[in-house]
Amino acid sequence: MSGFDKVVTSYDDAMDGLKDNMTIIAGGFGLCGIPEGLINQVKKMGTSGLTIVSNNCGVDGFGLGVLLEDKQIKKMVSSYVGENALFEKQLLNGELEVELTPQGTLAEKMRAGGAGIPAFFTATGYGTPVGEGKEVKEFNGRPYILEESITGDFAIVKAWKADRYGNCVYRHTAQNFNPMAATAGKITVVEVEEIVEPGELDPTQIHTPGIYVDRVIQGTFEKRIERKVLAKEER
Amino acid sequence: MALSRDQIAMRVAKEFRDGNYVNLGIGIPTLAANYVPEGIDVMLQSENGLLGMGRYPTEAEVDADMINAGKETVTAITGASIFDSAESFAMIRGGHVDFTVLGAFEVDVNGNIASWMIPGKLVKGMGGAMDLVAGAKNIIVTMTHADKRGNSKLLQECSLPLTGVNCITSIITDLAVLEVKDGAFHLLERAPGVSVDEIREKTAGKLVVEGDVPEMQLD
Repeated sequence: MSGFDKVVTSYDDAMDGLKDNMTIIAGGFGLCGIPEGLINQVKKMGTSGLTIVSNNCGVDGFGLGVLLEDKQIKKMVSSYVGENALFEKQLLNGELEVELTPQGTLAEKMRAGGAGIPAFFTATGYGTPVGEGKEVKEFNGRPYILEESITGDFAIVKAWKADRYGNCVYRHTAQNFNPMAATAGKITVVEVEEIVEPGELDPTQIHTPGIYVDRVIQGTFEKRIERKVLAKEER
Repeated sequence: MALSRDQIAMRVAKEFRDGNYVNLGIGIPTLAANYVPEGIDVMLQSENGLLGMGRYPTEAEVDADMINAGKETVTAITGASIFDSAESFAMIRGGHVDFTVLGAFEVDVNGNIASWMIPGKLVKGMGGAMDLVAGAKNIIVTMTHADKRGNSKLLQECSLPLTGVNCITSIITDLAVLEVKDGAFHLLERAPGVSVDEIREKTAGKLVVEGDVPEMQLD
């Protein structure tokens, strides 16, 4: 079964083939469930002109925010990007383009992209700036806009555990966009907390079947918390 | 007296029914979770992929993999479920969430809402707001009736870029509870001690007042 062994042992191998002007789809919500080591590898490679599809763009100095430092990102496709000063600066002086996309539409664009569906109709965004210039069609008397799906040259994903065949499980809300991202990359790379042997994960509990996954790498994670809020009695 | 933020949240919570699935936006809507009436159980949906959101964690419970849509650390209640973002918005867009409560800059008499973008100011994004207003069965907008300079936020027509069209039916402000229908705001309740005249003065869009308008019951 060695043909199914997806494990790579270096970050160089994990991101091999990444070139300037490519599109990367990245899992994560804020700083939760982000492939920290893969992002740092993109930073190290210095690849530029990138289009990054991800719900957010990290914070200054951590997560996808580090790719702003050397102006590696040409365009962000995100639903919310307000968390970093550098992002704001590059956006305002025209060095960075941003395509704001409703969060559910963004998730569905990735899901559809990975599922071979080129576009879909949704009510989300109709009559708003998001709907401008998009085809409108009525179903049962309600207007919907046509949204195109997204695929990437690479998808970078953070999972909790994966087996050697690339079957993945995610932990808690670190799941978020990761399963959709995993389906939508021409090359999908998963960075995990733990690599296990095939058979150790319950087949009925797999979130991402290994067929979507090309490379698995063992990572180490800081898991920074963006907003630590404690129960009232402990504040 | 105009209601405080907590009092608005208190009034919102009285709308919830036992067994409702509810999505609460950031700000006043989130406070409503503190005032769910005795004997009523609601399950909170957090659009990053959690149904059955619980309280904030103790220091020992803090887990970087457990956050809410505001990126704050949270816990899950017994009986919660956790899923991916596409699943989360399937339940939102598919109309499975009973109530969505969210803030707004402006609402107009046709149920249009503007809540995410002020031209000339940096636009951070709409997050999940457009999906939520397009999908929930019942949307309650909470906001102050007028802005800090006294300009009404209840308009004949929204002036800011929209979040959604023809989607708002219920508004709870610091002054009033209103229903949006037939191209007008219909005054249902007023805050204790607030006169119909004051509400009329601070409502720029068409306002319909029928008969005696009762005061809100907050407890």
